[in-house]
Order: sequence, then structure tokens, then C-alpha cells
Amino acid sequence: MNILIIGANSAIANAVARRYAARHCSLFLVARSENRLQTQQQDLEVRGAKRVGIHLLDVLEHDKHAEAVKAALAFFDGADIDIALISHGSLPDQDAAETDFELAKREIDVNGLSVISLLSQLIPPFKAQGRGILAVVTSVAGDRGRQPNFIYGAAKSLVSTYLQGLRGKLLPDGIHVVDIRPGLVDSPMTAQFEKGALWSTPELVAANIEKAIDGKRHTVYVPGYWRIIMAIVCSIPEVVFKRLKL
Amino acid sequence: MLLTGWGRYPTVTSRVTAPGNVDALTKELRAHPRSMRLIPRGAGRSYGDSALAEQVISSRFLDNFIALDAENLSISCGAGVSLAEILRLCVPQGLFPPVLPGTKHVSIGGAIAADIHGKNHHVDGTFCDHIESVSLVLASGELVHCSRTENSGLFHATCGGMGLTGIIVEARLKLTKVPGISINTESMAAANLEESLALLKEHNEKKYVVAWVDCLARGAALGRGIIHCGEHSGTGELRHRESSSIGVPFTTPGFLLNRATMATFNTLYFHRHSRAAGARQQHYDKFFFPLDSIRNWNRLYGSKGFMQYQFVLPDEAAENGLTEILEAVSRAGKGSFLAVLKRFGAANQNLLSFPRAGLTLTLDFKYETSLLPLLDELDAMVLAHGGRIYLAKDARMSEAVFKQSYPNWEAFKAIKDRVDPDGLFASMQSNRLGLSCADVGSSTT
Repeated sequence: MNILIIGANSAIANAVARRYAARHCSLFLVARSENRLQTQQQDLEVRGAKRVGIHLLDVLEHDKHAEAVKAALAFFDGADIDIALISHGSLPDQDAAETDFELAKREIDVNGLSVISLLSQLIPPFKAQGRGILAVVTSVAGDRGRQPNFIYGAAKSLVSTYLQGLRGKLLPDGIHVVDIRPGLVDSPMTAQFEKGALWSTPELVAANIEKAIDGKRHTVYVPGYWRIIMAIVCSIPEVVFKRLKL
Repeated sequence: MLLTGWGRYPTVTSRVTAPGNVDALTKELRAHPRSMRLIPRGAGRSYGDSALAEQVISSRFLDNFIALDAENLSISCGAGVSLAEILRLCVPQGLFPPVLPGTKHVSIGGAIAADIHGKNHHVDGTFCDHIESVSLVLASGELVHCSRTENSGLFHATCGGMGLTGIIVEARLKLTKVPGISINTESMAAANLEESLALLKEHNEKKYVVAWVDCLARGAALGRGIIHCGEHSGTGELRHRESSSIGVPFTTPGFLLNRATMATFNTLYFHRHSRAAGARQQHYDKFFFPLDSIRNWNRLYGSKGFMQYQFVLPDEAAENGLTEILEAVSRAGKGSFLAVLKRFGAANQNLLSFPRAGLTLTLDFKYETSLLPLLDELDAMVLAHGGRIYLAKDARMSEAVFKQSYPNWEAFKAIKDRVDPDGLFASMQSNRLGLSCADVGSSTT
């Protein structure tokens, strides 16, 4: 299988890549840090990947997205891309971004617009091959605007809404779209947080993502209990909800 | 966040970071305020306070493989890779780590820092005896490489050095070739300590040898136990098995483990295994890691946690010393299920490594304040017989006991002072044992 991963440096993407490496897939990794990409390349090769290619990209540079997709197609050398996983993102400083529009715009770009731009570059080759899976990591934060992270949440829900429409649009082309919504995941970024029972590891989340992609699910919460948590969060009447700082 | 070792005692509030790669770690160390002491931490499987400090740097995300050289039988990887991951990768290729401890959930960095041992120490030495080279980031942020031929002083201080010389980031480990994954095991019952020791001696050429001892048996049955031996068999498909495990979902009340329940458990264990003594074949996972099948088994000791006490006595003092210690434990009625007796081979050159020729006994005790005087009493007995206590399990040994039983501590401290002049790396344990920088009080308990 040929797999393209954009945002490969993220803890979740890294763990997903390892699972496909163990299945002897070919992987093309796109991310921002060359150093980390090289480390990942070695790691995935040792873990059994057939071939691993790397490509540097800052997702904020939209004009370089076409080149990244072209590089992936060249790496797979005419063979289909079976799975494209988009998993980059950043957790903004919510308070700062509320009054600094440039910062807010940047965060919405990283977490939202850049994903749409990348998808628009991926749609034509996927249509041409007439098959494949587009999987995008969004977030449970997109389900309802909550006080601590609604800018991040707004960007993620932008992507989720887009994916809903895209899924139907690409159905006749034999392309499947998966929206992956992780909850709280342990990563270098969150190492300092106190971890309660709701936190899960990138390895566990990756196992769920692999299953969701293999099973061609539509919208998956990882781990699954987040579907219930978010259903409850979404059912709270606004009169009450607006007073909650959760 | 709140942090403990595997024994769940003591508990400290700590700032934890988990850099995603060596670059991020180097950057973090360079920017780190010199006054705030820190200690690296791997999988958190040391029992006491050796990986506890107000600031902890976790190797959790330094878990990348670098190269697997199946021809030269070696593997290079990040410090955060666990033995479980190495087994998963290596077993299908007929390769095996040469030393395995009682759990596969330890990190390579932690295994090196504690210079861990397994059931084959008398034949194959410690984990670090199979480490070819180590890369570590010093307090200055400098990345250095060390081995037996390059920076050898630093190498012998880092292997077994409890993370006090720098942060281990990468290592190269020798592997062995195995024909199959099964272990041919043999177990036999010993009616008392004398028999246990005789059987351990008799089976000394076997690859894996360990004895379980009923530390609550008294009188004529003192030191009765079951001796387990194992050798790699040529059979067993080379396939990694993800063994199932059950978890302990919450901390059970500590009173469930009392003298009566433990004595019952021990008696049942002894009789079940005496009856089932003999030869059989086992999957390696079952043979090496029986406790891994119960995740969080450390919660069984209640909310106050437990202490593991492991010491080694030189051969000539072993029988008398063990009798004296087992009698003291039995008298106090504080033993537990897990008393493990094993014969060590010769010591290596690593300055703070625990193993030395002789017999090592491991005891688990539920934590209670009344335990501490007993352990002090045991310390005195261990010292009197020329033995010492394992740092990876310790949470309470005194500076005097440590310095008397680890004669190379000064050589170690000299190297530490050279590579870490500000004393940046310090754990609660190193403060207590007088291994931190001079201006850090050794009053922490």
C-alpha cells in the first residue's frame, strides 16, 4: 500500500506511520522539520516500511502545496496513493488570539485553510485514479465552540463541515473520506499537563485510526468514548453552556 | 504533575517535559535555568525515587529505531524505546535481547541507567555488558558519544549511573540469535534455604535460573522455595505474540494484603508448584514476564504504595546472611508474595552497578511507617555481610549505607562533577545519597 502523510511529525501521525510500516507499506512523509523527518524515515525503515520518502513543507505556504503533492506522486511512481492522511495542526494561545487577529488568522490557516488547500491539490489525482481514501485528523474541539479553545475549534469544524460535503461529492469517484476526531492525546506538546482518565496515548489513537481507515468509517471519535462525551457536551442547553468554562 | 516510581512511594509534584527529538531536548537543556535540578525518566519502572525530582525530562518520545543490523546482531535506537518494542521487532527475525528483566515495559535508557540484570546474570552479565555505545546529552547541551573505547570513563559512569551524568538519548545494543521462541523450563521444590541454595548452585550452568522463596515460612521451612531454570529451545515459531493482560483498574485497599492473605498465597504457590515440578515448555513472554500479564499490579499494594528491597550478599556470607535476614523478615511478619532469590556472576566495571558475585534476594513490602525500622535493621545486616542494595529499587537507604557499600562512589562523583559541574542532574535519591552537587542538601527523605 502507498500512503501519503502530511503533518508527519505530529505524535499521532508518527504512531500511525509506524503501524503502516509494520505492514510493509510505502510511505511518503511531508512535514516541517527536516531533522525529524530523517529520524522518522530511519525509524520506519527499521520497522519494516517498504520505502520511505520525505518532503519538507510549511503548510502555511499554500503555493508550495501543489509541489508537495507532485513529489508524492513522483515518489509512488505512477502507482495509486491508497491513503492520504492529513494530520498537521497547532494548539493556539486562545486568549492571545482573541484580540490579535493576525494570530487568529494564522491559527485558522494552520488548522483549517491549509487543509482545504491541500485537499484541493489531492482531489484531482485521486479522481484520476478513481479510488483511495482521504483521511483528515480534525478534533472533538470542532463539535461545539467551547471557551478555552474556540478558535482552534472553529478551524477544525470548518474542516469537518467541508469533509462532510466532500464525502458525498467524491462518492461517485470511488473515493472515501474519513474525518478523525481525537480527544485528549499525550504528546510532546501536552507533556506538562496533568493527565486524567480521559487522556490517551498516540499509540492507542493510531490503532483506532488504522481501524477506521481500514473499515472505511465516516466520522470517528478516537478513542470511541469521545462520541458519547461530545454528544453530552452538545446536548447541554446554551443557557447553561454559555456559563461553562469547559 | 504528581509523579511516583513503580512502588508508588514517595509521591512528588514535578514539572514534566517530553521532548520530541534530540534537538528539542538539547535546546531545552541549554535554556534550562541552572538552579532547577532535573532528572531524566524513562518508563517509570524504577521502584523508588531515582527518577523523581522537581523537574523531570521524559524520554517517552525519544522512541525511534535507528538501525537494525541483523548480520552483526546489533540494534541502535532512541532511549525511550521499550524492550517490548525491541522484542516485537526482533523476535520475528530470530533475534533476542541478551538480558531481560522481569518486565518488558522498561525503556532502553532506564535499563542502561540502572544497569539492569535478568535471570541469566551468572552467565551473561548485566544489560550494559551488551551495550556497545551510548549517546548522551550533557548538562551543557553537548551531545557526546561514549563506549568502552571512547570516553570510557563516562561510559562506565553512565552505565548504572542512574541518569546522573546526562540524559541518555541513544544506544546500540548487541542481540543474540535464538532458534525459537520457546523456553524449556524445569522447576523443582526446595524444602528450606539450604536446599534452595544448593539447587541454585547445582544449576549454575543453566542459562536462566531464579528461585521464588516463601519469605513467610518459619522454622525448618525457612527459605523454602521453587527453583525455575530455563534454556532456549529450538522450537516455537518465531512470531511475536501480543499477550493479553488484565488491568487493576483502581488501587485496592492496602489491608487486603496482610500477613494472613500473603501467607495463604505463598503456601498455595509453594504447593501448587511443588506438585507441578518438572520439565515443560513455555512461551518466552510467560517465562520472563509473568507479572506483565497484570497491568498496574503495583496498585495491589494499596494507596500508600510499596517498597521493593533487593540486596546482594557475597557467596561466602550468603547462607548465614540470608538466614538472618529471612528470620528478621519472618519475625516481623512483613513479607510478601514476591521474594526472588538468584545467584549473580562477577561484577562489571561500571562504577555504580549493583550486581556482584553472590546471591541476591528481592523482597516486596507494603509501605507503612513501621516498615522503615525493619529495613534499617536489614541494611545493617546486609552491610555486616559485605553486601549492598539495588539503587533502582531504593527509596530510603541512607547516605552512609550507600557510601559504605558502593566503594566506587567517589570515582563516580569525580566524573559526574567533571561533566555536570553545576550539578544540574539530581534526583531525590541522589540528594539523599550525597551524589548531587555539594550545595544540594542531603536532607531530603
